[in-house]
Amino acid sequence: MSSTSFSAPFLVRSAQRGRLRRRLRAVADAAVTPLSIDDVLDSFHPLRSGTDLRGKIVSVEPETADAATIVIKPGRDWFGHEPGQYVQVGVDVDGVRLWRCYSLTHGPRADGNISITVKAIPGGVVSHHLVHEARPGQLVHLQQAAGDFVLPMPIPQQLLMVTAGSGITPVIGMLRNLFSKAHRPDVDITLVHVNQAEPHSIFKDELRAHAAAGHLRLIEHFDDRDGLLDLARLESLVPDIGLRAAYACGPSGLLDALEEWYDERGLSLNTERFRPALLAPDGAAGEGGTVAFADGTVVDADGATPILDAAESAGVLMPSGCRMGICMGCVLPMKEGAVRDLRNGEITVAVPGETAPGGVKIQTCISAAAGDCHLDH
Amino acid sequence: MTTITRKQQNPTAHLTPEDIEAIGAELDAIRQEVLDSRGERDARYIRTMVDVQRKLELGSRAVLLFSALPPAWLVGTAGLSVAKILENMEIGHNVMHGQWDWMRDPKIHSTSWEWDNASPSEGWKHSHNQIHHTYTNIVGKDNDLGYGIMRVDEDQRWHPRFLVQPLWNFINACIFEYGIAAYDLDLGRNLRKPKGDRAAGMKDPEFQRRAKQTLAKIRRQATKDYVVHPLLSAPTGSLLPTLAANATANLVRNLWSHSVIMCGHFPEGVETFELASIPDKETRGEWYLRQMLGSANISGSKAMHIMTGNLSHQIEHHLFPDLPSNRYAEVAPKVKAVFEKYDLNYCSRPLVPQVYSAWHKVFRLSLPNGWLETTNKRNLPSQLKLLYKLATGDRKTRRVLTRALEMKAKAQQKYVAAA
Repeated sequence: MSSTSFSAPFLVRSAQRGRLRRRLRAVADAAVTPLSIDDVLDSFHPLRSGTDLRGKIVSVEPETADAATIVIKPGRDWFGHEPGQYVQVGVDVDGVRLWRCYSLTHGPRADGNISITVKAIPGGVVSHHLVHEARPGQLVHLQQAAGDFVLPMPIPQQLLMVTAGSGITPVIGMLRNLFSKAHRPDVDITLVHVNQAEPHSIFKDELRAHAAAGHLRLIEHFDDRDGLLDLARLESLVPDIGLRAAYACGPSGLLDALEEWYDERGLSLNTERFRPALLAPDGAAGEGGTVAFADGTVVDADGATPILDAAESAGVLMPSGCRMGICMGCVLPMKEGAVRDLRNGEITVAVPGETAPGGVKIQTCISAAAGDCHLDH
Repeated sequence: MTTITRKQQNPTAHLTPEDIEAIGAELDAIRQEVLDSRGERDARYIRTMVDVQRKLELGSRAVLLFSALPPAWLVGTAGLSVAKILENMEIGHNVMHGQWDWMRDPKIHSTSWEWDNASPSEGWKHSHNQIHHTYTNIVGKDNDLGYGIMRVDEDQRWHPRFLVQPLWNFINACIFEYGIAAYDLDLGRNLRKPKGDRAAGMKDPEFQRRAKQTLAKIRRQATKDYVVHPLLSAPTGSLLPTLAANATANLVRNLWSHSVIMCGHFPEGVETFELASIPDKETRGEWYLRQMLGSANISGSKAMHIMTGNLSHQIEHHLFPDLPSNRYAEVAPKVKAVFEKYDLNYCSRPLVPQVYSAWHKVFRLSLPNGWLETTNKRNLPSQLKLLYKLATGDRKTRRVLTRALEMKAKAQQKYVAAA
């Protein structure tokens, strides 16, 4: 829109208002320094606009014995999302802020809330916390929705969706969005929904209801009943598979096999992976590794030498201090990788998308590489 | 006090190197216990503390908008003083130590915290965390020993300027935040350099950057307390009362934090160390031992511990500077048991005796070694004459006289012991 469409007095007034607001802000900041007025307002209204994006848990609804849907009221600055996208959620579990990605399981909702459906995986501290410990009223930290696992516009006439376990979560978001429209688009959908056993199947009642109403063709596959899904049977299950735009979400094993299957036939497949390939998976941390820096420098570090020493002897200019783990003068964010605390052997892991967006801050003077690491420095 | 290696009775003489490493292992185990149980409860503690502090400060400042009314002035000033003390001691100091970094909350993190104090966090973290905590009580290395303006150890050579150190100490207490800012900039050392070096030091770009940063911080702090809030109070005719209230709160905070910090390392009974006696590669056990003997605690109520930022557990803090402060009280009995097991002195007194002890040392060491011991009612006139000679004489006279004085004190001590 060109500015000439505004009348001159309006422009003057809005410019004045902007200046006034800036001045008021400057005074408010000066009154609370070294804090900013944002820090102060956050104590009273953490969901307001103009601050870090947060959300408040509205409800926690059990889906199965080990899965629950968490409805969250997002902060004012939430941009919205497309069904199929995910959101990074930062949760304080036992005092420690941990970040995980979860698919949004609704389309845009009338009440403005968002929802994620979480399955408590064995050993998963965040998923366990969200399913079993989270309570309404609790604050969580959010990033804007992201991901390109979304339906194109216009929506393809024929769709195949293959989901396994909690892989249903982005797909249910798409389906709910499609089926809630006043004019339901004319789409022929086949959904292959794989689960270990029937009780584990999230959303099975809702999906069966849609199938019964003729909204989609539902092929439920239970490993305990049907054996492991054999891709050789896929064509017999879905005879017109070649004609369908395909979307798959589930564990890497299944997705890798599906991708291979589609590649062999020269067909295209859209996938959504929950966990990126880990440099050093939790618990399997190694001894030593490479340390990569933002400028592209890569340093070899053994498992007994502090990263600080290894980097310095390779000529990297590092911040440093006491060199004994006291002063925090050497702390740098690790974007990805694993390090071992040389004092007590404790492993700290940074996984993009799972740990804080800025990385996990580590003390380089008492941390040795426990796998390949990327430091943002 | 005298550095332990020059004492007649070295308090660590009875420990074998194996003992020292065993002490290190026991303390490491105590530290690990806390790390293993650190969690939700601790996170709630610091978040509540930050929340209470912010609301107390806001509330007090709101009351001070009407500080023309004497009760409002009193309540607001008291609240603001407490808020500033909490912010500096229990929150700022401890957050900047990295005690809460494990929460991975960017808002409560050693790398991002800025405190309500004239000294910018960056400079403070360097001089406090890095120099003081690493080289604790090593004479000549730990500048916290007298902040470079006072003589707090017998082994620091006496100079006539130290005669006025009680006055310096009092002035420093009143303007403590500015004292720390200057100290973090190493301003004192720079000013003592010869003129040519001083100019070079001042021109050093790193010094200039940090000086600029400090001045900007001081300006922002002063604008808040002495311009913005007084002006906001002007409509109720409370401009001057608010100005006075803020100045009072800063003064109270300065006096309090100075007292607490004096108690940490100055009281009688705290040991100091000779640089030459510290091995190049000090082991963890040796470092722990130095921290054990180089710190003093204040005993008292829970409220007192919180108001001192748990620096009342200075010994525990120096052993485990990065453990959450709310845990120091909990580990104190275990730490004390280690002291007892290895027959070491756990220096702890209530606040008033500890402050008195620290001040006593400031007064005692303002005088040359041996002067106080050799002075009694009868010889006071001659001793004062001697002191005058010491204060006005040249360096050679001073050396001869102080040596004579020390000999006399030693002889007297032997005589008393023999009697």
